[in-house]
This record gives sequence, structure tokens and C-alpha cells, in this order.
Amino acid sequence: MMILDPPHQHHSPQEHDGEHKDEKHEEFGERIRQDFPILQARVKNKPLIYLDSAATSQKPRQVIEALKKYYEEYNANVHRGIYALSEKATMAYEHARFIIARFINAEQHEIIFTKGTTESLNLLAYSLSKQLKKGDNIVLTQMEHHSNLVPWQQLAKESKRDGKDIEVRFIKITGDGRLDMGHARQCIDDSTKIVSVTHMSNVLGTINPVQELASLAHEHGALLVVDAAQSVPHMKIDVKELGCDFLAFSGHKLFGPTGIGVLYGRKELLAKLPPFLYGGDMIHEVRFEDSTFADAPNKFEAGTPNMAGAIGLAKAVEYLQQIGMENITEYEQELTAYALHRLQEMEGITVYGPPDAAARGGVISFTIAGIHPHDVAQLLDRDGICVRGGHHCAMPLMGVLGIAGSVRASLSMYNTKEDIGLLIAAIHKAQKMFS
Amino acid sequence: MKEQISEGSLSEEEEIYRENILDHYRNPRNKEKPESCSFQHLEHNPVCGDRIELFVKLSGSRVEESSFLGEGCAISQASASMLTDKIKGMPVSELQDMAKEDVLDMLGISIGIVRLKCAMLSLKALHKGLEQYTENNRKKQ
Ligand SMILES: Cc1ncc(COP(=O)(O)O)c(C=O)c1O
Repeated sequence: MMILDPPHQHHSPQEHDGEHKDEKHEEFGERIRQDFPILQARVKNKPLIYLDSAATSQKPRQVIEALKKYYEEYNANVHRGIYALSEKATMAYEHARFIIARFINAEQHEIIFTKGTTESLNLLAYSLSKQLKKGDNIVLTQMEHHSNLVPWQQLAKESKRDGKDIEVRFIKITGDGRLDMGHARQCIDDSTKIVSVTHMSNVLGTINPVQELASLAHEHGALLVVDAAQSVPHMKIDVKELGCDFLAFSGHKLFGPTGIGVLYGRKELLAKLPPFLYGGDMIHEVRFEDSTFADAPNKFEAGTPNMAGAIGLAKAVEYLQQIGMENITEYEQELTAYALHRLQEMEGITVYGPPDAAARGGVISFTIAGIHPHDVAQLLDRDGICVRGGHHCAMPLMGVLGIAGSVRASLSMYNTKEDIGLLIAAIHKAQKMFS
Repeated sequence: MKEQISEGSLSEEEEIYRENILDHYRNPRNKEKPESCSFQHLEHNPVCGDRIELFVKLSGSRVEESSFLGEGCAISQASASMLTDKIKGMPVSELQDMAKEDVLDMLGISIGIVRLKCAMLSLKALHKGLEQYTENNRKKQ
């Protein structure tokens, strides 16, 4: 049976080239891992090798404790009570908004809390649709997650009914999984009102040239929306530097709780944007005949918000800031390069997306000749290795790649080269079983 | 931590996987399109690209022949191979009673909730095809 190649075993780092750097690097992942209780647990008496952080990340102890503290010590509805407990909860909720705003270089009232990327993008599609006119178009890419595709597609479909005929265009990808920028220039024209792109592909790992797309969109008077669900956990995000108008992400992929997400919008734009949901908290004054609405961000946060979620997410952000996003990016890039290298040298494996780790994040999709991705994922699970097998909510992209699905191993700051070694060994074993 | 990937013998489940499921996957029984049949049904799971087209030929009140065409994961294909074997000679009245458990018994391994769809694709094709066939017959009478 196949076992790890000895030179790649973690306990013999002296066998590596550039041993010193490697050792430091291995320590980074190991150190971070200590903060994640679930990674200390054993599943079926095996340690958990979690390679599905693109689906959802694990949570550090600090976040779990912040949630517990909130529920045990200051749970109350926000913006409503006059009593001290409610004030404390309100302050914590608004402070969370402040921390998250600073994290992406935005202003506090430019941060709308939603339940995740999906809701953020639906909110935008709904609210922006009011501004669209007959003959306008929306530009997306072939590598979008369903949540940045279906809302726009349905908006366009709806627009046919009221004679607006909004067109949706898709920027093509190149053979190595990058955006075809020549095609982007063809797609984006003076009738383009919205360009909405993923910052990092959740299938190919590709990091898209958002700045360039922002300039291109703005030259034609279009807005640029960025789906940052996959990029925010892995790199420094500065909305001003990116030049985007809107940016969406999910808390649960960012080491925070589920059910909380963010929509950033430039303040001038949020001021003009109509609300998405109506109800309590988002109003200014209500009469039986009509209502006036609060200013952003409250205008977009109808109903009791996810207070614990926001507080937990802010804690996750503070945790990341302590580690330093640059350090995370550097560590993960080396890990990604290592994983790509190990996979690329195997027989019968096709890796999708840019071959160069510098142009991508640690989302690595591949297929194994003769083994369906579901079978791979199931066999790997028997060795305690969590990977995804399937279409990763990007069915149209699968069509472009000419496959029904792929296996996806996605890396995070708590993964190590040892995890990758185990992945490779388990793939060898699966290949052997199917041979 | 390297003990994680078992070096020596396969676990019992892995052994079953290999002998039972992979054997049917690699050497599927009854994988052909028949000249004629009493009913056929195509089931498709767009989520993973699995496809099973099932053919059943009845003779009197029994299944005379059954076969399939398809593509997809080992679980979906192996279960179709096993199911088509199993129902040959079976009284039609019993086809409807073929249940999830029967398929799981044939596969012989535990199947998680997510992969149950793969395992049940051929059974679903059988039940839907049979339903259609019964419906058509009723209309004819
Ligand atoms: C690129 C991308 N966009 C959007 C989403 C949707 O995020 P959520 O399910 O948290 O709303 C995901 C995650 O699944 C994603 O990877």
C-alpha cells in the first residue's frame, strides 16, 4: 500500500531544501491549528484533515467564546431597549460593524449585515434592478458561483416581462482558468450597467484582476460588484484599492459564525439604493398610508439582526488582524505551491485553474482518471480527509470545463504540508483500489 | 499521524467496496440496450452527472429481462448493475415493493445521506418506469 514519501514527512524537515523557511512555515500552520478545537478532535479515531474551508471554515476558540459570552452575558435586542443590557448589545453590534469596516478599509455605515454572500448579492440584484432601463446589460463571468449568477439571470428573465430586455453576458475563461480580458473588453460596453465578478474562483482558485475590471466598468459608467466570499479569508482586502462599488462576503468562510455576512457599498450609492426587505428597524417613520426609511445601513437591515453573528464575526476579524493577513497570504501561497506541485506530479490527475500559485488561492480542483469525484470524496472520508466532490455550485463552469464535477481540496491557514501529504497518500490509495 | 492512511490490509468496508462495488462498476452486468422492452425510464441527477436508463421486459407477470445504460459514480453504476440482476425473474407485483433497504443490502456498505441519491438512482428509474407502464395499461383498458 502507498504511504507518504519520506522526504515530505513533517517530522523530517531537515531533509527539505531551504529547511529553515520550511520549519518556520510549518510552525505557522501548527500554531494556528491549536486555536481550532475541532481540529484537535478525532473522527472515527482519526484526526480530522479538513480540506474544505472553501465551503466553510472552522472556528477558532476565540470566536466560539465570544458567542458564548454574548449569550451568557449581554443578549438583548438592539436599537430598541433603553435599558443597559440592550445598550450594551447595541454598542457591541455597532462596534462589530466598525471593526469589519476597518478591516476592508470602508466606513462604518457602508457595512450592511446580511445572512451571507447569497443574501448580499440578492439584495443588490433586487435593489439595483430598479435603476435598469431597456437595453441595459449586466456582465458576469463564466466562473461565477450560482449565487452571483442566478439572481442576475432571474432579474434579466423578469425584465423581459416588463419589456426591459436586460441582457446578461458572461466573460469567457482561458484554457488555464483565467478571465479572458480581451473578451471582457468586448462584453463591457456603454450599455453595461453592472459588472459582477468573483474575486477568487471557488472552483479554479483564480484571483481575478478586480482593479482592472473596476477601471473598465467605470470607463463605461457601470458599477463593479465583487463577490469576495473566497478571497476575504485569505488576503488583505481594501475596497478603495480594489476600486469596487459593492463587495459581498460570508462570515462562515471567514472563521466566523454561520448566518452572518456583509455587503459593502459606497455610501453615495447606498444612499440612493432602495431597500430590499421591509419591516422593523429599517424605517424612519411609519403611517398607515406610507413610510419613510432609515438611512443606510439600517435601511437594509429589516428585522432583528443576527447580533451574535456580527459580534462573532468581528471577533474572527480581530483574530485575523492579530495574525496579519499578509502572513496568512504568504503561508498559504507556499502551501498552495506545494500542493499543486505534489498533485501535478501524480499520474492520472488533472488539476484545473492557473498552474502558478502566485496567480491563485488555495482552492484546488482536480479530477482523477477513472474515478468519479463522489467516489474520491467518499474514499478519502474513510481516511478522515474532508474534500468536496461535485460541481461546487458552479454548474455552468463545469460545462465549460467539460466535466460533471471535480474533487476540490481547499486550503486554509490551519492546514499544513502534512495534511497535503496525507491527501496525496489517500489519493494513491484510491487509485490503487480503482485500478 | 501517518498511521492515518492504513498501510497494510484494507478495512472490512474497503474490502467490500473493492470486491462488491468496484467489481460491478468495472464489469457491469446487464449493461446493454435491449431490442425491445415493456418499459424503460431515464433518471438523471444533474447535481453529479449520474445517469441511469433502465429497461425492463416483462413476460406474463414476471420480469423476463432487465438491463441498463448509464454513466456516473461507482455507487450509482454498481447499484444499477446489481438491481438489474436482482429483479430478473421477479413477479411484477414485487417490483413496487423493492425498497431502499434492498439496494443498500446489495451494496453492502454504509451510504451517507448525501450519496443516497446516487445509490437510489436505478431504483427510482425502476419505480417511475413501472408507474408509467401501469398508468398506460390502465388507460388502454
Ligand atoms: C465564490 C462564492 N460566492 C458565493 C458563495 C455563497 O456564499 P454563502 O453560501 O455563504 O451565501 C460562495 C460559497 O459557497 C462562494 O464560494
